[in-house]
Amino acid sequence: MKRLSRDVAVIGIGQTRFGEHWDLSFREIGIQAGIKAIMDAGIDSSRIDALYIGNMSAGLFLDQEHIASIIAEEIGLTDRQIPTTRVEAADASGGLALKQAILSIASGLNDVVVVGGAEKMSDVTSDIAAGFIAAGADQSWEALFGATMPSLYAIMARRHMHEYGTTREQLAHVSVKNHRHGAMNPFAQYQKEIGIETVLKAGPVAEPLGLFDCAPMSDGAAALVVCDMETANEICDEPIRIIGTGQGSDTLSISNRPSLTELRSTKTASRKAYEMAGIGPSDIDVAEVHDSYSIGEILAIEDLGFFEKGDGGPATERGDTTLGGKIPINTSGGLKARGHPLGATGIAQVNEIVLQLRGKCDSRQVKDARIGLAQNVGGTGGTAVVHILEVI
Amino acid sequence: MGVARYWRAQDQRYSLAGNECSICKRKFFPNKTMCPVCHRRSFGKMNRFYFSGEGKVSSYTVVHDPLPGYGAQVPYILATVDLVEGDTVLGQVVDCDPADVKIGTELEMVFRKLSEEGKSGTIQYGYKFRIK
Amino acid sequence: MDSGIVSYGVYVPRYRIYPRDIGKVWGQNGEAMGRSLNIIAKSVPAPDEDAATIAVMAARRALKRVKVDPGEIGAIFVGSESHPYAVKPTASIVAEAIHAAPYLTAADLEFACKAGTAGMQAALGLINSSNRNIPMDYAMAIGSDTSQGAPGNALEYSASAGGVAFLLGHTGVIAEIVLTMSFTTDTPDFWRREGMKYPSHGERFTGKPAYFKHIQSSAEQIMNRMGTEAKDYDYAVFHQPNGKFPVTIGKKLGFSMEQIKDGLMTPFIGNTYSASMMIGLANILDKAEPGDSILAVSYGSGAGSDGFHIQVTDEILEYDRSGSPLVEDEIKKEIPVDYATYLKYREKIKMEGE
Repeated sequence: MKRLSRDVAVIGIGQTRFGEHWDLSFREIGIQAGIKAIMDAGIDSSRIDALYIGNMSAGLFLDQEHIASIIAEEIGLTDRQIPTTRVEAADASGGLALKQAILSIASGLNDVVVVGGAEKMSDVTSDIAAGFIAAGADQSWEALFGATMPSLYAIMARRHMHEYGTTREQLAHVSVKNHRHGAMNPFAQYQKEIGIETVLKAGPVAEPLGLFDCAPMSDGAAALVVCDMETANEICDEPIRIIGTGQGSDTLSISNRPSLTELRSTKTASRKAYEMAGIGPSDIDVAEVHDSYSIGEILAIEDLGFFEKGDGGPATERGDTTLGGKIPINTSGGLKARGHPLGATGIAQVNEIVLQLRGKCDSRQVKDARIGLAQNVGGTGGTAVVHILEVI
Repeated sequence: MGVARYWRAQDQRYSLAGNECSICKRKFFPNKTMCPVCHRRSFGKMNRFYFSGEGKVSSYTVVHDPLPGYGAQVPYILATVDLVEGDTVLGQVVDCDPADVKIGTELEMVFRKLSEEGKSGTIQYGYKFRIK
Repeated sequence: MDSGIVSYGVYVPRYRIYPRDIGKVWGQNGEAMGRSLNIIAKSVPAPDEDAATIAVMAARRALKRVKVDPGEIGAIFVGSESHPYAVKPTASIVAEAIHAAPYLTAADLEFACKAGTAGMQAALGLINSSNRNIPMDYAMAIGSDTSQGAPGNALEYSASAGGVAFLLGHTGVIAEIVLTMSFTTDTPDFWRREGMKYPSHGERFTGKPAYFKHIQSSAEQIMNRMGTEAKDYDYAVFHQPNGKFPVTIGKKLGFSMEQIKDGLMTPFIGNTYSASMMIGLANILDKAEPGDSILAVSYGSGAGSDGFHIQVTDEILEYDRSGSPLVEDEIKKEIPVDYATYLKYREKIKMEGE
């Protein structure tokens, strides 16, 4: 069993509200979160050794590559030529950027790292954005045939319904719950509850998924300051330790997988994270999972081991995953209500877990939350990254 | 315009040309450079294999919100198809009512337009499926 | 050396529109129009179909019925007036899709509705030269179209879509092409300028000086040369822009309804243009018996008529059609659409950015 050579902790968090930020450019949004995180950490920027930034498609949305350099400049650290790395794995870019930051600290090369995720999606119309989102799927063998990202998840949903009897209503309950949670989150894009009828009667996007089964397009950024445990203990009152990190891959194309009803990448990523942390699913008090589509959350809570394969729908319907339930999932509102700026999501998920573990979630606080998990997926599951955090 | 990119995969799209591991005889679409079971033993030992285009629906969806360029076909049916010789592909199911497609429905391959690079660009042709 | 048809395949899109649904929109009595044209329905190509996809389907179906290595096909000609590209051949797409590529010659033809049969003549010429300076055992001629009629114009009731592929050769010949001769003049009865979406025509001028004159002249040329009369044939099939013209010319030439009826497909699927006469011929071949003789005469506006005297051989008894649909079975599968859907499928609606 492999271990990190140094323990890593989160000492600062920051995020923008997710939504349509017509007035803010990509670089402006990106640094807002970064500055908040640095201030939350209470450190001088001279202590920052490196930057990692998760972003999926600035090249498509903004014709802009070389994001690393933009963020380094915007945050004002190019005066000392701070090493900056952009990480991409579709909408797992944020989670993967955090993993890279952790590895760089564990290696001994960096002590304090700022890791962020940012995406600006509203500069193009939604039909064009759908085309860019599909760049996270297989262009040659899925998108060329007209497959959009929701259509691929819809195919998985239909199979899940066929194999396990999952219903449209159970899918809808995911969105209803996430909106209820989001209504309590000041950073959420949507802070309004919705009823199940709204979800069921919504226009179809790719059957059986409708408008309210799908996370929105969003602009936004989130950031963390992470550092080695020694530095954390020295400068932070309540560091949150990262006790497990895991990553897995799978085929890009869903038709190349042995099963349409599980994400092997999530299973492997979580297994590795649990092993590193020395815990199991039942030890998790709160989790942020990747509900880019409602079926995504159902698959996640099964693949992460919270529920038996096939029980994800009934569990949601039973209320096991709501605030106050057996294992609260997506207290932030999830991707559905909090919003889903593709590269920012993975970092925003960890933001919420840290807030929960610090006890700072107000009305959406999970009582006695000590260990939290964040699961971030790329596309239909070609990449998954899982982080487990614990309050010390 | 990505002319070479589409041209390169023509035989694969036109005729469901995949390949077969000469060691274990497993068949793949699209081509695999190496068999995922035989690994490096199969490197250089993969032979071209043409699938018949017959298969069964393993799952499907009806797309209402299309990809740019596919608006004229909305609503269109996408299915994962378990080909009779093995392996699974994603393709559109055409010439039928969405209600006619179920998990297990038997399909056969047809040759259709997939996309075009605008009105002045090239047309991409390839496989779609019809109910047998 | 006997040369002729070795195999054939037919493809017709499944969507249909009825004359009454067209007439409704234009304030015409659609049913009456349909009756006057003897057209019950016409085929409508799906938005993802074009002359190339139809040609490939027909070609693949022709090959499914025989054990011919597609690499042995030395030529492919595709005749159409709706080739997907103005420059870039449909024939090479077919060649690639049926694995006849790369050792062959290929070209696209245009001569209104007789482009397919012109391809048959060209293919036959190459096959017949194969013991001289053109090594070739098999050649394929395809007529394929997704023809357009201007909105509100009479042609909207008839212009349809379909394709037929004939594999020609000199072994395994099921229907020998004993004689082919043509009659061609410069007659502007129906035309479409480059870049225009819809054709134009000379209305009643398309009748006597065009269709009737050329078919009659071509048919008489064949029969004179062969020393035959109408009664000597088992079947007669003509280009069929509607369900009336071929019956009129057939009767004029002395044929009975009994001889004409099996070649008459337009009433069910409309005028498939370059496939028009060919699909009638294919339907006849579905039923023909050894020794049957067929007079087949195409017509293409502009104008010309290709005539064929065809003799069915004993080989047809060995010909296994089961790999591909018979014409009657192919056209039975119908999915009706309304006029709005028809406009959408035929790209007659201006989309965003156009």
